[in-house]
Amino acid sequence: MLQNSWLIPLFPLLSFVLLLIFRKSKGEGTAWIGVLLTGLSLILSLGVWIAVWQGDGIKVEGTWFEIGERAITIGYEVNPLNALMLVIVSLVSFLVHLYSKGYMHGDERFPVFFAYLGLFSFAMLGLVLSPNLLQLYMFWELVGLGSFLLIGFYYFKSEAKAAAKKAFVMTRIGDVGLFIGMVLLFWQVGSFEYDEIFASVRNGDISSGMLTLTALCIFVGAIGKSGQLPLHTWLPDAMEGPTPVSALIHAATMVAAGVYLVAAMYPLFQASETALTVVAVVGGVTAIFAASIGLMQKDIKRVLAYSTVSQLGYMMLALGASGYVAGIFHLTTHAFFKALLFLAAGSVIHAVHTQNIDEMGGLWKKLRLTGPLFLIGALAISGVPLLSGFFSKDEILASTYADGRYGLFWLAVVAAFMTAFYMFRLFFLVFTGKPRGDQSGVHESPSVMTLPMIVLGVLAIVAGYLNTAWFGTFLTDFLAGGPVELAHGDHHGPSWIPIVATAASFLGIGLAYLIYKKGTLSRDWITRSLPGLSNVIYNKWYVDEGYDATFVKGTKGLSKLGVLFDKYIVDGLVAAVVSGVQGLSKVGSRIQNGQVQTYGTFAIFGIVILLLIVALTGGYFT
Amino acid sequence: MSSVPLAAYLTLALILFCIGLFGALTKRNAVIVLISIELMLNAVNINLVAFAKYSINPGLTGQIFSLFTITVAAAEAAVGLAILIALYRNRQTVNVDEMDTMKR
Repeated sequence: MLQNSWLIPLFPLLSFVLLLIFRKSKGEGTAWIGVLLTGLSLILSLGVWIAVWQGDGIKVEGTWFEIGERAITIGYEVNPLNALMLVIVSLVSFLVHLYSKGYMHGDERFPVFFAYLGLFSFAMLGLVLSPNLLQLYMFWELVGLGSFLLIGFYYFKSEAKAAAKKAFVMTRIGDVGLFIGMVLLFWQVGSFEYDEIFASVRNGDISSGMLTLTALCIFVGAIGKSGQLPLHTWLPDAMEGPTPVSALIHAATMVAAGVYLVAAMYPLFQASETALTVVAVVGGVTAIFAASIGLMQKDIKRVLAYSTVSQLGYMMLALGASGYVAGIFHLTTHAFFKALLFLAAGSVIHAVHTQNIDEMGGLWKKLRLTGPLFLIGALAISGVPLLSGFFSKDEILASTYADGRYGLFWLAVVAAFMTAFYMFRLFFLVFTGKPRGDQSGVHESPSVMTLPMIVLGVLAIVAGYLNTAWFGTFLTDFLAGGPVELAHGDHHGPSWIPIVATAASFLGIGLAYLIYKKGTLSRDWITRSLPGLSNVIYNKWYVDEGYDATFVKGTKGLSKLGVLFDKYIVDGLVAAVVSGVQGLSKVGSRIQNGQVQTYGTFAIFGIVILLLIVALTGGYFT
Repeated sequence: MSSVPLAAYLTLALILFCIGLFGALTKRNAVIVLISIELMLNAVNINLVAFAKYSINPGLTGQIFSLFTITVAAAEAAVGLAILIALYRNRQTVNVDEMDTMKR
């Protein structure tokens, strides 16, 4: 099974190629190509996962080319971490393919959408299988391309176009960091191989300053891809893409690539205390920052987008706080419940044709399946006990506490409270109360859409039992087989942590209930009491505006200067040369008048001048 | 006999040549241009003859040479006039300003 794991990414690639060939076809049966091929990937991934579970692993490499004495290799590697990622990616990808069959029904570029999904899945699976940084980087960029194409799928909408460009540019800033880190590592180690990098890290071949620098550069790449502060602004805008795309790329897989990168390079980070602290602080601050924005958004998908940013911050916090397993665990559970939430949101949007939560309401009775599934997702992400989010979030909090980062710990608790609040604000506004918009044509989505949601719903409930203190820490044991040495065996901090976390989440849910369901508390009592702060939050902390005022305006100013330079100096030079040549040739053409006498006159003048020169200088021979 | 110095001959030749050159370059009438060229040729002849008499090795070579030149000049004048007549028949003018086919 393991020998065939290189086939996993190739199935979606095949689907991409096939669907490009059939891109003009009108029938929607083309979707089955994508579904079937990603299904094959899923089956293989599961097989690989089982094999790795039994303690196997594989690494196959061949020389790609040589530079001097250094061979650049290419190949594939399966270890516990990427086996888990393979399953997550191929599973969510498969379910999203299936879901899209219903969601994209009637779209003009139906096969193209599935082709792009295939391309993305190929890139993501390839990224996960890469045994070295160079290969990872190539897939990293391909993933970015897939994301770009899918965000801009509705390219005729100017917002979608702008969002696609923004995502591309913002992640590119991070990619430059990753690239620099990669080159630095190659310079220091002489190889892109994970194993060799880790070996020289262990042997202390790299100076500690350089270690920190490379780790931070690589983390910049992760910041870009995972939408961490300060490069998070592309992710909410990426919601312009079709909703299945948001579920697949901008919730479950691609944005998790940043977390995966940090996890895959974890020994490097472990070697530098500073790097770990930076990761933890960036993660923790992002978690609460994005959660605070999520409190006041009006667009159902944007709330979920900020929630994603916030949860990714949680994962980073966990990794930074030496909670390797906790980070991966949350990545897994988050992939399931966030994909579920997005698909459910997609189902809602599909039914009411709006994304504004002010125009929804009272959908519980009309969407008999979507409603409960959304509720499951919301409960899971809020960290309600016995659902998956509770276990993973608890583990993150515990490892943060055990690592001695108490400030970040309380930040994370507050973020958990906010998460519960905004999720249930969303839930109550969308599903309860009176309809606030036209809901005449509302009906439940077709089964091809509800089925993936049900699967994800089940997973959102049970995925948490992968790693619990009660039944067994399967995931910890599983990941312990990987290349990362788990420093602290388990992170079970004081027993009051789960209680605090649960209290925070129930507090959030309760508050949302009081405000948005019961109406006991007026909706704007916070807004009224703190108008300044709420205004800042409503405007997303003015980050976009800040970037606009500094980088965008700065670049525009620079380019205006450039235009002026081009117009007056470069063009001026050209014009000067042109008019010089033209003037000269005008004189020349005036002389060229066909009159023998004029020619003779000039010849005489020439001879006179030559003679004068000879006479004055005394001739050649002096 | 030798009271007239070489410089006088040469000056005469120079003046004659300059007049001829001026005429050849400025006159509009092709006949006058032709005559001016003859003038220049004769200035050269004077030089030849003068040097034949006054050079370090006086001899007859220069005088004979100028005889040849006069003969050739006569032939050339005949040819030049013939061309002029042909041109006049062709273009109905002897104005050199209008003879600018080289430009085209």
